[in-house]
Amino acid sequence: MTEKKKRKISLSIPAEEIMRPGNLACQGCGASLAMRYALKALGRNVIFDIPACCWSVIDGPFPYSSIGVPLLHMAFETAASTASGIRAATKVLGKEDTTVVAWAGDGGTFDIGFQALSGAAERNEDIIYVCYDNEAYMNTGIQRSGATPYGAWTTTTPVKHYKKLPKKDIIEIMAAHRIPYVANVNIAYPEDFIRKFKKAASIKGTKFIHVFSPCPPGWKMKPDDTIKVAKLAVQTRVFPLIEIEHGIKYTLNVKVNKPKPVFEYLKLQGRFKHLTEKEVQRIQEDVDAYWDYIMKKVEFSKEYAG
Amino acid sequence: MKKVLMGNHAISYGATLSRVQVIAAYPITPQTQVVELLSEIVANGELDAEFIKVESEHSAMAACIGASAAGARAFTATSSQGLLLMHEVLHWASRARLPIVMANINRAISPGWTIWTDQNDSLSQRDTGWMQIYTADNQEVLDSIIIGYKVAEKVSIPLMIVLDAFVLSHTYEPVDVPDQEKIDKFLPPYKPKIKLDPEDPHAFGGLTAPNIYMEFQYNHQQAMMEAKKIINEVGKEYGDITGRYYQNLSPYKVDDAEYVVITTGTISKTTNIVVDKLRDSGVKIGNLRIRTLRPFPSEEIYEQLKGKKKVFVIDRNISFGNTGIFFQEVKASLYNTDIRVPIFGFVTGLGGRDVTPELIEEIVNIGIKNEKPEEEVIWMGVKK
Amino acid sequence: MFKPGKKIEFKSAKEIPLTPMSLGDMTHNYTGSWRNLRPEIDYDRCIDCMICWKFCPEPAIFIENDRPKIDYYFCKGCGICVQECPVKCIAFEEEGK
Ligand SMILES: Cc1ncc(C[n+]2csc(CCOP(=O)(O)OP(=O)(O)O)c2C)c(N)n1
Ligand code: SF4
Ligand code: SF4
Ligand SMILES: [Mg+2]
Repeated sequence: MTEKKKRKISLSIPAEEIMRPGNLACQGCGASLAMRYALKALGRNVIFDIPACCWSVIDGPFPYSSIGVPLLHMAFETAASTASGIRAATKVLGKEDTTVVAWAGDGGTFDIGFQALSGAAERNEDIIYVCYDNEAYMNTGIQRSGATPYGAWTTTTPVKHYKKLPKKDIIEIMAAHRIPYVANVNIAYPEDFIRKFKKAASIKGTKFIHVFSPCPPGWKMKPDDTIKVAKLAVQTRVFPLIEIEHGIKYTLNVKVNKPKPVFEYLKLQGRFKHLTEKEVQRIQEDVDAYWDYIMKKVEFSKEYAG
Repeated sequence: MKKVLMGNHAISYGATLSRVQVIAAYPITPQTQVVELLSEIVANGELDAEFIKVESEHSAMAACIGASAAGARAFTATSSQGLLLMHEVLHWASRARLPIVMANINRAISPGWTIWTDQNDSLSQRDTGWMQIYTADNQEVLDSIIIGYKVAEKVSIPLMIVLDAFVLSHTYEPVDVPDQEKIDKFLPPYKPKIKLDPEDPHAFGGLTAPNIYMEFQYNHQQAMMEAKKIINEVGKEYGDITGRYYQNLSPYKVDDAEYVVITTGTISKTTNIVVDKLRDSGVKIGNLRIRTLRPFPSEEIYEQLKGKKKVFVIDRNISFGNTGIFFQEVKASLYNTDIRVPIFGFVTGLGGRDVTPELIEEIVNIGIKNEKPEEEVIWMGVKK
Repeated sequence: MFKPGKKIEFKSAKEIPLTPMSLGDMTHNYTGSWRNLRPEIDYDRCIDCMICWKFCPEPAIFIENDRPKIDYYFCKGCGICVQECPVKCIAFEEEGK
């Protein structure tokens, strides 16, 4: 070992670890890293609820828990409604400073829990709703969800019938509820991630955060590629990092001036292995079109705000 | 203070007097007046509560679970299709051992679309681990909500107050609304020992393996059995301050009876009239109203039926492929006792069909005339 | 470093809480046993950028005297730190070598 350095290191994200190791996430799980960052951003004065999803397992069985903050495990479709109830209780009990977080997977958000989420957003409940998106039902063994992207293999969209429908555009759907804050984050961009969570905690009303969350077993990729794939999702413009305030003000948070080809992103994941060149080209065109569409909104927001 | 109240408003006043802190509810006929009056009471500042106007009953119960787990006294009310939609989370509430109280207005199940009363909605939730109390008048509805919280919080099990659609929900009756002060003394604020609390963080409801899951079920059952006693104790305590005593069973002229009719809900009120009439003509008959379905007061039923000649159970419900549900419950609870008398099971009044004194008299006559029931289910008032 | 925690066991229904609730964390569960490959930091080449610390999901890298240190009780051997280290100073060695 070298001698102790005199120079003090500087950390770009909070040092305190609230989440504990020993948890049951798979090697290289993006959802696990997402929780670690979220807790760093939010601190300890929080209450979580988690519906059925990988995180109901990751946290650990009775009588253990890894997240170090109060947590209510709940039924699959209830993340937002349960959080509404928790928030109401904190209000009547004079604990309004406590942040209430619903933490759900993409299945619990895009699909079965969507009605409750839409209701809570319409009521502008003072909660942070987090969807960690691993683009399928992973807890039950990689079945397709409304978040599974075009072209992907899952156990219910086998290679011969891979998914030929687009992913729901969840942040646009949530923005259409005109809630004060919608953002997406990516585990490969921890500083942006933590900034957005802190910002969400400082805003009253419903905040929706969409987390890009690679899943090595579900995406058939190497666990050490988790950060690389997440970064490529941004660098190829597959997952533009943005914020939407009050449903109309769009801000791009990470510029991608020289995008890499989408193939760079797809080729690291076995779930896209079967795609023909033509299909890859189609996905590239979809990505380009969506990027242009979002950039128009960003541009419009600048004019509108100015 | 005496007021003339519809059953639905009796629910709202019961919840208000219980100082509920979080209400989450979704409208459904015949429950709407419950939420309308509560909205007004909360909006007027007469009750310091958060009212979450959820987008479904499933969310109503989920929100109650969240609120209760975070330490607030939570309330909801629903009926029929709404109750059925809650099914999954009703189980969740009881297994999380949260003392939520709700009112369910008995409305039949569709199709065909119906809004009138029968008990299949609440009875299909019999095994959700909730306590269930069936009421017979609007006074009892109001009182049972208040008593319900005290019982639920003592045993950490949620409790459902059940009443008949229209016959109670929309019928006006004089109701004594007790003073808030009196109720505050009877029902202190909810102070759970454990809750979602950033200062003492715990996770609730995580993965529970086969080596320990069963012990939680065992404890839940023990608490339910304990609740039989608690319901009677708290009912007596409430009686001592209001003069109105409520127990698991409400017997009417059963003591010296040879024949006993077993009833629930408002049918029991009509049955009392028939009992009086038949007694005038020399028939020794009584009416045993079952208030508590869960926990089922087997021992008390045994005590009431000991030495009787025959028993006639009237069910406003049907378990397709078997019989009326209270009939099954009563029979099963007596099987291992020394009571060996004929028990007749009658099904009637489904989907709000009138159960008249004449019909009940006919039921009694069939019971008295026949040595044994000729059929397992005797349908009454049906156009066969 | 995390202090390894204790296993909590119950002998009967009398000992368990009202409802399944946590009474401790998972640090009795040494996920280090999941590992086939073992990341080893070459401290001579390490520039203390803390990128490995930042990206370890568990967390199984902690900071000691301003340097990253791997907690082998819990490191699952995912290899993220190995791949993300900008100066490639974390080697992935086969376990038991
Ligand atoms: C009502 C209901 N239906 C189905 C299930 C089974 N189930 C549990 S988790 C899950 C999938 C969760 O998917 P997602 O929300 O994407 O989270 P992930 O597991 O991917 O983290 C399913 C289908 C359930 N628990 N409850
Ligand atoms: S299946 Fe995927 S999301 Fe679930 S714990 Fe494993 S890596 Fe994480
Ligand atoms: S291999 Fe994975 S788990 Fe182990 S220290 Fe590196 S990043 Fe953490
Ligand atoms: Mg998923």
